[in-house]
Parts: sequence; C-alpha cells; structure tokens
Amino acid sequence: MKWLGAFITFWENFKIAFKSLAANKMRTSLTTLGIVIGVLTIVSVASIISGLNKGFAEQISNIGSNVLYINKYPWIIMDDWYKYKNRPDITLREASFIREHSKYAEAVAPTSGRRSIVKYKDKILEDIRVVGIVYEEKDVENFEIDEGRFFSPIEISRKRSVAIIGYEIKERLFEDDDPIGKKILIGGQKFVVVGVRSKRGNIFGQSLDIDVYVPLGTLYSKFGHRRSVGIQVKVKDPSLMEEASEELRFWMRVARALKPTEPDNFSINRQETLLKTYRDLTRGLYTAAFGIGALSLIVGGIGIMNIMLVSVTERRREIGIRKAIGAKRSTIVLQFLIESSMLCGVGGLIAVILSFIVSMLIDKLTPFPATVPLWSVVGGVIFSSLIGVFFGLYPAAKASKLDPVESLRYE
Amino acid sequence: MDKLIELKGIKKVYKVGKVEVHALRGIDLTVRKGEYIAIMGPSGSGKSTLMNIIGCLDTPTEGVYHLEGVPVHEMNDSQLAEIRNKKIGFVFQTFNLLPRANALHNVELPLIYAGVPASRRKKIAEHALEIVGLKDRKHHRPSELSGGQRQRVAIARALVNRPSLLLADEPTGNLDSKAGEEVMKIFEELYENGNTIILVTHEKYIADHARRIVHIRDGRIIDDTGVAS
Repeated sequence: MKWLGAFITFWENFKIAFKSLAANKMRTSLTTLGIVIGVLTIVSVASIISGLNKGFAEQISNIGSNVLYINKYPWIIMDDWYKYKNRPDITLREASFIREHSKYAEAVAPTSGRRSIVKYKDKILEDIRVVGIVYEEKDVENFEIDEGRFFSPIEISRKRSVAIIGYEIKERLFEDDDPIGKKILIGGQKFVVVGVRSKRGNIFGQSLDIDVYVPLGTLYSKFGHRRSVGIQVKVKDPSLMEEASEELRFWMRVARALKPTEPDNFSINRQETLLKTYRDLTRGLYTAAFGIGALSLIVGGIGIMNIMLVSVTERRREIGIRKAIGAKRSTIVLQFLIESSMLCGVGGLIAVILSFIVSMLIDKLTPFPATVPLWSVVGGVIFSSLIGVFFGLYPAAKASKLDPVESLRYE
Repeated sequence: MDKLIELKGIKKVYKVGKVEVHALRGIDLTVRKGEYIAIMGPSGSGKSTLMNIIGCLDTPTEGVYHLEGVPVHEMNDSQLAEIRNKKIGFVFQTFNLLPRANALHNVELPLIYAGVPASRRKKIAEHALEIVGLKDRKHHRPSELSGGQRQRVAIARALVNRPSLLLADEPTGNLDSKAGEEVMKIFEELYENGNTIILVTHEKYIADHARRIVHIRDGRIIDDTGVAS
C-alpha cells in the first residue's frame, strides 16, 4: 500500500509537471535551448566521429592489416618533408631482393603509379591514376573483379597492353556499353580492357573507383623506367608484424649497403601507423567537442536552475496551498525535480531529433559520413534529465522549505 | 463527548528583526467533537495565529497541543503534513484554489497526497462536490466560477478526506452577503451531520451561526460563551 501511494504521488507529480511546462510553452522552450545546444553538440560530434570511424575502418580494410609497405616516404610525416626528398627511389631490384630473402613474407608485390589522360572513343578523362601491378597484387590486396577477369601471369610477364578499370571509370567511359575487350587510350597508348574492379566506394570525398590498373612491366615499358615503386609485403603470420618489419628493414639496408652509422633511407609503413595517428587525431576532436558540449550543458543547467527559482517564487502561493492540504516537503521536492528533469529531458529529446537531421545534412553536404549512434540517443536524453535533477535540486529544496503560512499570505 | 483539541499554555513569539512580537500569550482551549465554534477578535488579536497552530500550519513557541489525544507539538514537518492531510480541512478567505486546475482536480488534491488511486479518488471527489451542490461544475476552472461557487469548491476540498476538524478562516470575507449566507448554510448542515467546525471571523453576525464563541484580544482568550465542561 505504501509503494502504491508513492507511485500515485509520483505519477500525479509527473502530470503536474507536464501541465505546468505546457502552460508556459514559450518559457519552456527558451529555457531548454541551452540543453538542446549542449546535447546537440555532443550527439552530433558523436555521430560524425562514429561515421568517421566507420569510414576509416572501411578505408583501412583496403590496406591489409597484415601487409607491410616499403615506401620512399613515411605515410605520416611529422617533421619536415625535405628530409625525405633526397632518399633514393625504391626499385624493382629491391623488391626482388626482398622476395628472395624474406622469411616472414608470404607475397611481395611492387606497385607504381603515374597520372595520365584516359580516352575511349570521344570521351576523355584527365589526370587519372594509372597503377602498375604484378600478379601477387591480388594476394596482398582485396582485389575483387566485377566484370571480366584479373591479369593472367603471362600478360604480366610479357608486358601486354591490358588494363583493369575502376568501377567509376567504367561508368564514365562506357556508360551502358560492355567494356570488356574494348580498346582505350592511356597516355596515348592503346590498351585492351580485360576487367572491371568491384566498387569500393568513397573515403573523405575521394573516390576509390577512378583508378586504372595495368601490368607493372607494361607501365615501365610504355611510360619509362625512372619511377619509384612501393613494395607491398604480405606477412605470413599477422602476429609477427613487428618481427617482419624488422626483418624487412634489415634486408633493405643490406640491399642498399647502408653503413651501421647511416640512418634508414626508406620507410616501412603499416596500417597500424595510420590507425594510431587517426586515434590521436580523433581523441583531440572528441575531447574538444565534449568539452564544448559539457560547457553548454552547464550553462544550460544554470539557466534551468534560474528559471526554476523564478518558478518557485511565482508559485509560492500554490506551494502554500499544496502544503496546507497535506503535501510533504519530499512531495514538493519531487514535484519540482520532476519538472526540472522533464524540462531538460524534453531538451535532450529535441536535441536528439535535431541531431538526426544534422547528421543527415552532414552526410549529404560534406565528405564526412555521419550516423547517429544509439548510445548517444539514449545517453543524451538520460544525461540531460540528470542535469535537470542536479540543477533542480536547489530550487526544489528552496520550494520545500517555504513556510506554508507565509506562502498562503503571498500575493 | 470526546476531546478533539486540547491546548494548554500555547504561546507564540515572532521575531521581527530584533523585536519580539507576542502573538499568543498563553491560550488554554478545549474543543470537543461535534462542536461549532467561532473565534472572534479584532485584527492583530492573534486569532489567525491561533488558527494556524490549531491547523498544524504553524507550531507554538511554547505550550502543549493534543489533537485527538496525539501530542502535535512534538511532531516534525512531515508528520504535521500528514495531520493536515488526514485530520484537518481548511477553508480560506481567499479560497486558495489552484487556478489552472478544474474544480474536480482541486477537490482531488488532498486525496492525491493521501495516495488514493485515481478511480476511487474521482468518485470521492465527485461526491464531495455533490454535497456542496456543484456536481455540474466539476470541469470548470476557478476563474469560470463565482466567488460563492469557488468557496463551495474549497469546502468540498476540505471535506474530501473526512477530516476530524473543519477550519474556516473568514470564509465569507470575500463574498457578497447572499453567497456568504449560502456558505454558512453549508456549514450549518455539516455541523448537523456531526462535523466539528472552527470558524475564525471578526464579524458578529457570522460568529452568531456558531454554538460557542471564543473572544480573543492581545493574544489571550478574554471571553468564552460556552465552555462545555
């Protein structure tokens, strides 16, 4: 019976709070604005970051986690660019050397690229990345074919003029035509299309589907030998990336006959390097955004406290009446706490709804993908209600301590 | 008859700044169940303070107050709230209804604080409105009712928890004479049905409705017409 009474009191106070907020719509919405902005900031940033994480995870999955990349430059340059400028190019000979000596490597695939004009009939695409690849490419990378086929080993060793085109290249050059077996011009040279690579999507607004692939040897013979390659090394045992990296470093130094005192003049990159940098970058973003959000929540909370204090003064007589007919202090505290937490909860709810719109706009209008994570929705509403409870405590206590005799006299 | 109220040596001192105001200077008063009493006195005599103490809205600085044999002067805030809720029905000069709530909800309020479930609450409240003749006005807000009707809603609210005591502070003070008469008629009926009523007023013709008149001046009882011994 006691808990039933408590429930009835709670429910009635809930209705009272709702009516009181509904009676002051303008004030309610203005007061809750601070909370709306605070929660909106946090949820929006959470949605952007969650989108970024997702996008980054997708992008990163294109770079195998068990692949090491030997490049002239490190992927992330923290100091000055010019320090790396005079490094010698990575050569095919070095790739062969690694393939021959490395014990950890399962597959070694050198690759190189240049930018060219690509033509089909009267259609011209400028500044397209042409990537030279070897047969092992499909072992080190997730190279799926949508139409046609991958290069045959003979096409690669004989340096045939064949090409695999990215999905978007197909759409732009061929539209509805079947591209397989068609002749295209890459930098003025004739190539036959043998395959279309499966669609890979966008990352940070950059399409991954507008590359053209040709055999590495063909790239060399048609467009010249003086170019740096990158060597992709798939490691047999993913748990031994560190050891494999050290081994590659050793063989590269041997291949280049570096003295012990000389520093490395090449870089060994891996997915983890990117992940780490990415985490460092987003950690800062996270912290800053949550700081701003928390700040506006505090400001909003103070606004709530202020308006609740006004409300307590305004409703002194009502409080007096309620006390005279039997409302206990705790009941009055409950009434005002429910009111302030509802005020904030409504703000949180509005913010969550707005954040869906915001994240949709971000997704559409900017290169950043954005999705609203569920935890931020639930968390947003609950957390803002808690803010309401916290900042409602003082006004509620003040209301409950009002003297009924004086309050009844109050006009 | 049983003692309902027993006041002994009740004193009340207010501090206004550094000045002490002695509102009550030692009140002894016994009220039996079923009595109809008027407390009379000029303004500043302490009659409102006395009423607030009897109504458990205020506590005495000194003295002993037993309500139905229970020592009220020893009670804490929350216990007093419960007494107000269950044992006492207030009728104020200014009605003191919640302006945004309709008549029915106003009457239901004490039942809400008593934790009565909604369906039973509604039935009881409707019955109370029926007693004061306002059943057809239950969905009207106070602003849509006349002064006399508002006071009748307030009486219904005071009755709804079947209190031991009905306390009315100048119940006709804000009403025209016709509406005032109607309200006094309701009190008469309630008295005849066995309710205990204490009326605070400064008007002789209102006090004359009661069966016993207690005069207060300067915080002391100076005259009591019908001390039932």
